[in-house]
Amino acid sequence: MAHLTSTPVLEPGQDRTMILNMGPQHPSTHGVLRVLLEIDGENVVRLMPDIGFLHTGIEKTCEAKFYQQVVPLTDRIDYLCPLTNNLCYVLAVEKLLGLEIPPKAQWLRVLLNELTRINSHLVWLGTHAMDIGALTVFLYCFREREEVLRMFEMVSGQRMMTSYFRVGGIALEPPLGFFDRVRDFAGYFPEKIDEYENLLTGNPIWMMRTKGVARMTAEDAIALGATGPTLRGSGVDIDLRRDMPYSGYENFKFKVPVSQDGDVFARYICRVQELRESVEIIRQALDGMPEGPIKADAPHVVLPDREKMKTQMESLIYHFKIITEGFAVPAGEVYQAVESPRGEMGYYIVSDGTAKPYRVHMRSACFANLQTLSTMCEGRLLADVVAAIGSIDIVLGEIDR
Amino acid sequence: MPLVPAITDLEQLKNHPAVARLLDWNPAAVQGVKFDREEMSIYVDRASIREACALLKNDAVCPFDFLSDLTCVDWYPAEPRFEVVYHLLSIPKKERVRLKVRLDSASPAVESLTSVWPGANFFEREVFDLFGIRFTGHPYLRRILMPEDWEGHPLRKDYPVEGYR
Repeated sequence: MAHLTSTPVLEPGQDRTMILNMGPQHPSTHGVLRVLLEIDGENVVRLMPDIGFLHTGIEKTCEAKFYQQVVPLTDRIDYLCPLTNNLCYVLAVEKLLGLEIPPKAQWLRVLLNELTRINSHLVWLGTHAMDIGALTVFLYCFREREEVLRMFEMVSGQRMMTSYFRVGGIALEPPLGFFDRVRDFAGYFPEKIDEYENLLTGNPIWMMRTKGVARMTAEDAIALGATGPTLRGSGVDIDLRRDMPYSGYENFKFKVPVSQDGDVFARYICRVQELRESVEIIRQALDGMPEGPIKADAPHVVLPDREKMKTQMESLIYHFKIITEGFAVPAGEVYQAVESPRGEMGYYIVSDGTAKPYRVHMRSACFANLQTLSTMCEGRLLADVVAAIGSIDIVLGEIDR
Repeated sequence: MPLVPAITDLEQLKNHPAVARLLDWNPAAVQGVKFDREEMSIYVDRASIREACALLKNDAVCPFDFLSDLTCVDWYPAEPRFEVVYHLLSIPKKERVRLKVRLDSASPAVESLTSVWPGANFFEREVFDLFGIRFTGHPYLRRILMPEDWEGHPLRKDYPVEGYR
C-alpha cells in the first residue's frame, strides 16, 4: 500500500524524538486506524491519524443505484448503528420528495433508533473498558447487546445489516410479540446499566485512567467539528433530537446529558447517561405507539403489499415500475442530519430529477471527531492515546466510507 | 410536507440572518440565493468565501459558529463545473445555512477554511482527494482516503464507476 511506503508523513522534528507507528492492525484502534506518533520518551509530541484503509467508495456507488437500492449501502457505512443511517438516508429522500410519513412509522423509527443507540453504546462501553484494562465489562455489555441484536433480527431478519426502513415508511409490520420483548428489555436494562456503573464509575483504577485525561475545551471541540458525546462531554449543550427534531422526536421528553470536564471520564459519563435516556424514550414510544399504516400513501414510491398485487392490476404495475425503473425524485438538494450515537450524521443528497441520486454525501460524525485526537493527546503520555481513541468512539467504516 | 416551488428572489430572502449579514458586508459577494425545501442556500463569490465564513462565524446576532459539512458536487460537462458546498450550523440559534462556491474546470481552486475552522482540514483533504480541487492555504493538502499514488479523482463524473482498467 502506498499509504505505508512512499509517504514521509511525519519526520522527527527534534533530535530527541522518534516516530512510532500504531496500527492499522492494533487491537485498540477499533478497526483499521493508523496513528503516527512523534514521541519524546513516554510523551506524545505530535500525533497524526492516517485513514483510508477501509475506503470502499460508497458515495460513488450510490450514484449508480436507484434511490431504493441505496438503503442497504447505508447499513454498511456504520455497522454499529445501521438503523440510524437508514433513517438519515430515508428522511433525506422523503424531504426531497415532500412525503408525509404516518405517525406509527415515525414512532417505530424512533423506537428502533434508540435501540440502535443502546447497541452502539454497549459495544463502545465494552471495548473502551477493555482497552483501558477492565475486561469484565465487555462480557456484560455483549450479553445485553445480544438481546438487542435478536430484536433487530426479529423485525428485519438481520442482526446487523438491517435495511429495515424504506423511503416512505417501514418494510414490514413488526412481528407479534416484538413490543412485549422490547418492553421486557426496557424493564430490566436500567439494572444492567447500574451493574456496568458499579464496575466502572466509582472504580479508583478507572478514575485514574480517565479523569483529567485527554482534555478538550468547548472552543476546541467546536472549532474541530466535534459532535455528539465528544462535544457534549466538553460542555456544549446540543442534541439534534431535541434542538432540531426529526421523525417525531418533538413528541418525546428526555434529558440531554452534558458534562463540563471535557476529559475521557466526561465522555464516558455522557454516554452512560444517554443509555438511561434511551430506555426512557423507548418506554414512551411503547406507551404512545399510534395505530395506523406504516407506509405513506404514495404508490409511485412505496412498494405495494404482496396481497394487493395478487388482486389489483395497478399494484402490480406500480410494483413492476418501481423495481425496474425506480422512482423519479424532483430536482433539488437537501441536507438531513440526525443524532447518531457518535454525533451528527448527515446526508447531503442532490437530485437531478431522475431515479438515481446525482450525488450522495455522508457527513460522518467520526470523520470530524477523529480530528480532535491530536488536540487531546499532544503533550500527554503515550498510554493515554489508547484511552483517548476509545473515548471518541470511532467506527472506521464510517470514517472511510 | 408537500413541495413548494423554490424561492430564488433575493428581495424576498434578504431578511434571513445570514443573507442580511453578507449583503450588509459586501453585496457583490452574494451571487444568488435559493430557499428550497426549507433550506437556505447562498451562492458566494469564490474570492470572498473565507471572509464570508469568518464573518458569519463571528456574527453577534446569529453566529454560524460550527462547520457541519464541506463537500463538492461535479456538474460535468456544464460550466462552471464544480460547486463546493459548505453547511454551517449556528449552535446558539439552531439554524443552518448552506454556502456554495462555483468553480471552473480549469485548475479549480478556492481558499481554505482551515484558518477559520481547523476542523475543515479533513473535509478539504477529502474534497481534494476525490474531486481534485485545491484549497489554497491548507496546511497539509494530501490524499486522505485514496492511496498516495492513485491516479485521478474518483468522485468526478467523468471517472467511471468501475474505475479505469
